[in-house]
Amino acid sequence: MNPRMMLATSRRVLEQLRHDRRSIALILVVPALLLTAVYYLYENETLPPGMPRTFDRVGLMMLAIFPFVVMFLVTSITMLRERTTGTLERLLTTPIHKADLLFGYAIAFSIMAALQSLVATAVAYWIFDLDIKGSPGYVVMIAVINAVLGVALGLLCSAFARTEFQAVQFMPVVVVPQILLCGLFVPRERMNDVLESISNVLPLTFSVDALKEIAANSEATQLLWDDAATIGVIVLVVLVLASLTLRRQTR
Amino acid sequence: MNRHVAEPAGVAPAVEASGVHVNRGRTRILRGLDFTIGAGRITGLLGPSGSGKTTLMRAIVGAQRLSAGAVTVLGQPAGAAALRHDVGYVTQSPSVYPDLSVEANVRYFGAMHGATAADTAEAIAAVGLEDLARQRTADLSGGQSSRVSLACALVSHPGLLVLDEPTVGLDPVLRAELWERFATMAASGTTLLVSSHVMEEASHCSSLLLLREGLLMASLTPAELGERGHSTDLEQAFLHLIREAEGKPSRTDRNESQVA
Repeated sequence: MNPRMMLATSRRVLEQLRHDRRSIALILVVPALLLTAVYYLYENETLPPGMPRTFDRVGLMMLAIFPFVVMFLVTSITMLRERTTGTLERLLTTPIHKADLLFGYAIAFSIMAALQSLVATAVAYWIFDLDIKGSPGYVVMIAVINAVLGVALGLLCSAFARTEFQAVQFMPVVVVPQILLCGLFVPRERMNDVLESISNVLPLTFSVDALKEIAANSEATQLLWDDAATIGVIVLVVLVLASLTLRRQTR
Repeated sequence: MNRHVAEPAGVAPAVEASGVHVNRGRTRILRGLDFTIGAGRITGLLGPSGSGKTTLMRAIVGAQRLSAGAVTVLGQPAGAAALRHDVGYVTQSPSVYPDLSVEANVRYFGAMHGATAADTAEAIAAVGLEDLARQRTADLSGGQSSRVSLACALVSHPGLLVLDEPTVGLDPVLRAELWERFATMAASGTTLLVSSHVMEEASHCSSLLLLREGLLMASLTPAELGERGHSTDLEQAFLHLIREAEGKPSRTDRNESQVA
């Protein structure tokens, strides 16, 4: 590991993004707009007294899901371009360590993700009065961890795509099942055994559990830290797998 | 026939290859190459398209695994971690980031070698792109982007610079300037391996490797190529050698010389 090369990589990735103003705008604004849509979707629901609003549950989970989906897509396309234009092969003939490259990417995109979730969380919290017991700071933390998870999976999946078209097709394979099974649509304990056991090992499940902890408790709980640590370990494992797909030599 | 022509005495070669084979699937791309590349000089790698030039260059920079044989670069096995500071590689199609400025591209690849801002500026000046340094690479012409790609290799001051068709798409003035630049670099001790399919460029090299269908046809100087090909036009001379190797009748007596 070499911090200079890693930070140079982060800087380069951010610089590439900086030239793409439209993408930046989409990354920052779209989650907030979708959140607004969700708010008005449930605007007129009638609730029994004491029942939390659906927005408080769904909106909160969406705060974690957005950065995951967006960073997965952005990373897999960026990395695929790196593979197809020959810049990756060129980089791997230089002294850069694979970890510098991967963590450089992870740092750059988690900065973007932090900005994104700051905007979305601020909108949810201040405009739509998102009602959670815990601190919104923890929500942003989980959102950033999720973004890094998206980056890691994107880096890995880009190895199995030859074209950008194929890369986008990995979204229904990798991202959609996690969204379906994370507890957003049906509480996990009400799923059948097969689906629940799949759900138990999907990374996004841990984020949603962590968010529920934040919503239900005013202080950070041990369960929250356990969930965060589990996602962290999954991220590291996926990054190691991704680094195995970076080859300095071809046969 | 002497294969290692005009090797300066007492100087270890920059590259030594012995019995290099590369197979991809059932295709035999390189079929047993033995050669050396002299240090501090320009070696031209010439041959028709599909003859294995790029694969050979990738083997030398360590990006291509060998099926058999060995390549030693600057005293170490090709691709060794210690070589990554010393070997520069410029691929045929420019491998740079189109959405970055010229400067940002050169700075980024320079960062892998601890290059300073002065190194970056120097590399950009070396390829004559000072005025375009802040332009996005995507907005440049094909020839300009391949010069950006070259600058990204120059920035690290490599001891061995491997260039795959660096002059394709350049106008004659730039091409001449680039060859002058290569000559200056060689004079200051850099070893250059330059591939080309344009034979007239061979005259800029101090020695030549002629590749055909994964075999080394000859390793000689441009003068020897002219002599053996019976033409001062190196293109004609090369064609002559190829026809000779293919056993086709040629205008001159084909028993006169043996291919390596």
